[in-house]
Amino acid sequence: MSEKYDAVIIGAGMSGLAAGIRLAMFDKKVVILEKHSISGGLNSYYNRKVKETNDILKLDVGLHALTNFAKKSEKRKPLTKLLKQLRIPYDDLALREQSYSVINFKSADLKFSNDFDLLTSEIKNVFPSEFDSFINFARYVSEYDELDLNSKYTSARDVLDAHFKDELLKEMLMAPLLIYGSAWENDMDFSQFVVMFKSLYFEGFSRPEGGVRSILDILLDKLSSLGAEVRFRHKVESISHQGYQKIIDLGKKGTIKAPLVLSSIGIVETNNLFKKDALDFGAKVGKLSFLESIHFIRDKKPIKDFKATIVFHNDSDKYKYERPSELSDFSSAVFCLPNNYAQDNDGYGTIRVTYMANYDDWKSLDKKSYKEHKHEVANKAFDLSKKFLSGIETPFFSDTFSPTTIERYTGHLGGAVYGSPDKVKDGKIGIPGVYIIGTDQGFLGIVGSMLSGISMANLYGLMEQK
Amino acid sequence: MSADDVKKIVLDIIADVAPDEELDDLKDEESLREQLDLDSMDFLDIVMELRKRHKVEVPSEDYPQLATLSSCVEYLTPKFA
Repeated sequence: MSEKYDAVIIGAGMSGLAAGIRLAMFDKKVVILEKHSISGGLNSYYNRKVKETNDILKLDVGLHALTNFAKKSEKRKPLTKLLKQLRIPYDDLALREQSYSVINFKSADLKFSNDFDLLTSEIKNVFPSEFDSFINFARYVSEYDELDLNSKYTSARDVLDAHFKDELLKEMLMAPLLIYGSAWENDMDFSQFVVMFKSLYFEGFSRPEGGVRSILDILLDKLSSLGAEVRFRHKVESISHQGYQKIIDLGKKGTIKAPLVLSSIGIVETNNLFKKDALDFGAKVGKLSFLESIHFIRDKKPIKDFKATIVFHNDSDKYKYERPSELSDFSSAVFCLPNNYAQDNDGYGTIRVTYMANYDDWKSLDKKSYKEHKHEVANKAFDLSKKFLSGIETPFFSDTFSPTTIERYTGHLGGAVYGSPDKVKDGKIGIPGVYIIGTDQGFLGIVGSMLSGISMANLYGLMEQK
Repeated sequence: MSADDVKKIVLDIIADVAPDEELDDLKDEESLREQLDLDSMDFLDIVMELRKRHKVEVPSEDYPQLATLSSCVEYLTPKFA
């Protein structure tokens, strides 16, 4: 006998949790199935104990920041909209704003913050001949309807070419938007570009006081208060059809029957669950994966003195956002310094360094050389950060996660952080009753993922019923 | 149920759906969407709450009837009868 539910959500990441809240809020019997033992998916966390000192270190994985910062009173912003939909009070997030961030290329630097005027004045100083174009472009972006579910793929590079002459400026504007969300190499869909431009440059970065786990705790509390179930260590083995019902096979843990399945695990990954009934619609596994090294430092003063929260570093004037031809590519890297969000109370300094990696190469390593290479890249990543952080001492603890770590914990094939380059904005994959939420629905970042879960749950779980 | 009761029901729901809004000065004849920070997602919530709390159904073709406070009352009062 199958257990019966109104809806099954696959994946307890940001989109799945948010979708679950929406459905449970209106009395749907809903269960969230998560194969891992904790929630968060791409934006999760873990703890490490340092043997020598008994320090318990809290590590966040995934995004360096909550994008889409909005102040409490600001109306019609993605963040305030999503909190309203989930009925979570703004103050519960305890957001700490970034100081500012830097796009650091060989020939120029551009700073930006949660006040768009900073970026505007930087452009005026660094690229005076492009200043008017930038003002026009910013207006164009602000008026663009990026949420139109029917828009066709348009190359963001083509749109930039039409607005700007200066190659360096185009590269610099693109870099943070690519590495914080593009599933395409070296380019992105313009509507996604607009989502990212607004969320990074117009709105900006913040971090909840306790990092990503405090958002997850709020969502999980909300779910339990609404009576929704979250089952950890429940991997969906396959899905089959029985009339309009779907049968979700959990292997030894039984089967669940539901008319609605919202899947956050990706287009290709979801389609694969249908085994022989899978459709051949040509969606590709993404090629972009990363390494991230996290370093813990006793003396955080050099980090505090540096002031910036995030640095988008590129050692030339041309930005390469593509799968490298070797294990890892250090020609660009993003440095996140969580101590430089407001109201830092951490007892230590943290440096997170993220850089491009080749999944196939990491996957092919044997256990011993995998360990050696991980150690080697961690050292290289730390050496790179010395460029900015003068006087920084050697970390007392470092950890690195690789494309294979990402694949293991998130289930994204190929360790593709931003999923497939083929997105489905309406959530449909050709199987009635099964819809995609999260990364492959095409909304980006933590706020975007949650909005994705909310909008798909509204559309297919709440509105289409009698 | 009187028109005033229905108005109170609608206001209670709006207060829950949009907790940061000031509802005291709401004008009966003016668009709710203009006066408050409400979008289509919020209107969905108002409709869902009417169903959940009061078993009142509002089909999607009738959403325009919820444009102002007085049109809400006019449209919903017979449904509470």
